[in-house]
Amino acid sequence: MATLELQGLRKSFGATQVLRQIDLSLVDGEMLVIVGASGCGKSTLLRLVAGLETPTEGRITIGGRDVTALDPSERDIAMVFQNYALYPHMSVFDNMAYGLRIRGLSRGEITRKVEEAAALLGLESLLTRKPRQLSGGQRQRVAMGRAIVRDPKLFLFDEPLSNLDAKLRVQMRAEIRRLQRRLGVTSLYVTHDQVEAMTLGDRLLILHEGTPAQLATPMEVFERPADTYVASFVGSPTMNFLAGRLVHDGTAVQLEAGPLIPLQGHRVGDTVTLGIRPEHLTLGGGDLTLAVDLIEPLGSETLVHGRVVGRDDDAITVKVPGVVGLVETVSVGVQADHAHVFDGVTGKRIDPVK
Amino acid sequence: MRERPDFLAHGVLILGVLLFALPVWLVFAGSTQDSDAITRGELSLVPHLSNLSVYARVLTTRTMGTEPVWHMLLISFGMALAVAFGKIVISILSAYAVVFFRFPFRQVAFWLIFVTLMLPVEVRIIPTYAVMADFGLINTFTGLWVPLIASATATLLFRQVFTAIPDELVEAARIDGAGPLRFLWDIVLPVSGANIAALFVILFVLGWNQYLWPLLVATNQGLDTIVIGIVKMIGQETQTDWSAVMATTVLALLPPVLVVVLMQRWFVAGLTEGEK
Repeated sequence: MATLELQGLRKSFGATQVLRQIDLSLVDGEMLVIVGASGCGKSTLLRLVAGLETPTEGRITIGGRDVTALDPSERDIAMVFQNYALYPHMSVFDNMAYGLRIRGLSRGEITRKVEEAAALLGLESLLTRKPRQLSGGQRQRVAMGRAIVRDPKLFLFDEPLSNLDAKLRVQMRAEIRRLQRRLGVTSLYVTHDQVEAMTLGDRLLILHEGTPAQLATPMEVFERPADTYVASFVGSPTMNFLAGRLVHDGTAVQLEAGPLIPLQGHRVGDTVTLGIRPEHLTLGGGDLTLAVDLIEPLGSETLVHGRVVGRDDDAITVKVPGVVGLVETVSVGVQADHAHVFDGVTGKRIDPVK
Repeated sequence: MRERPDFLAHGVLILGVLLFALPVWLVFAGSTQDSDAITRGELSLVPHLSNLSVYARVLTTRTMGTEPVWHMLLISFGMALAVAFGKIVISILSAYAVVFFRFPFRQVAFWLIFVTLMLPVEVRIIPTYAVMADFGLINTFTGLWVPLIASATATLLFRQVFTAIPDELVEAARIDGAGPLRFLWDIVLPVSGANIAALFVILFVLGWNQYLWPLLVATNQGLDTIVIGIVKMIGQETQTDWSAVMATTVLALLPPVLVVVLMQRWFVAGLTEGEK
């Protein structure tokens, strides 16, 4: 258990800058989820902390100890890999015990620790099996067990649930969260799945092309996304974006699609992008008229996909409770108090001036 | 799935077995027959089982001026074992270095090894002889196997096997604190066990069948391998004790066959098994 600090971390592979300037600080026991599209540098960041890659610049401190120049084995960390990386020729017990044996623990102590971890994960009956005799979920548990027995200062998770089927993923997600809370080990968790990110993290770090786009709690990221990238990444279905311009002293947005949307407070800016989540649009409001492309019933809710009539580039998704019958056009209202305003050029969030 | 036997497939298989087995059977049948009958070309396909004593004779006594067969078998066995074992050790170590370590001229080293594949043994045999002579290894048992243990083919094969080991496994072991030798011993060797076994079988047979090098390096009769011995037994056509030659041939076949049969399970697994 320890804090983790990254200062001015950069990584280039040849001429390609993969990470530019990462500053980050985790408190003891915190779980930080690093999320972003593929190629955003999130795995590289994790591998830098693990010591599997060397940073081009910057410092990594675990529990107050500078580990930048240390080998992975000297950093007192444990990592869970996407494809589990279990040793195929060793039994479950040996897989978990291997790291302890190398550290020269006594036989009795190893047995005690492995059995403890196995009990925690419900693996007691599988200890003599080989990895290939296990299901995906069980393998994932063994990989977790291997991390737990080491009693490390830091857990690193590299998309650990990506290889599981949807149902198991939900189950393991909850299990990982419970375990991490219970053990209180500071953790970094890399994923591309925004639901995983929202549910698991104490805080989220959204990476975009090697730079942090936002670092905040999941709810803050959801409610006040820092830019259009974050806004489009978090939330499902994706937020709708409409181009417009601030008018009336910044108290309203004149959409290019037609209507004038009044806002709360007043903002400073010129061309803007108005972001509005599908659940914050209502049918029958009269702000926009959509030509409906597709209606997707999800059971308790229905998604209506369409385009603003006469403007084929403005694709809009509306999420409404209940069932929607087959229609060709619908009229849609914007709940203006839930709208987000982003700069039309930089994509950065514009908050009302107080 | 299929209810009636596939006659065509079985026919082809039986034909194949006959094609391979018939010469061997001829040798066995010949070994029990009168040498004169063989010279006259009256070789019968039916072995004369009463003459099986020829095997005991060639095994224990000198025939046609060669060492007894048991001694030549021993030399061959020792040589084939040393060659197979040495080749595996050397090529595992060099492939391990090429695959898992980053050092200057790594690719150059690999290509140099690779290039030796293109030189047939015969091309190198004079310089190899010179080197062995300088070391004073002519006419020694060590001289029989040492120059044969470098193998580009085996290095190449192990390079492929090691490259297939997932990076995550290497990284997991690094985080677990396994150093290079520990990783080799605990992870790489067990994971490639089937491949090692398969290669061992191939290399053993290869070592067993060596002819040119033992012929050159060991003129001392005490170091004759079984293959050399068979050739030496065949003197002038009319004076050759053909039944003894054939009995020796059958005996020479047995050890490699035994190795293949005993290691068959791993051998097949190593050739057919891909990613686990």
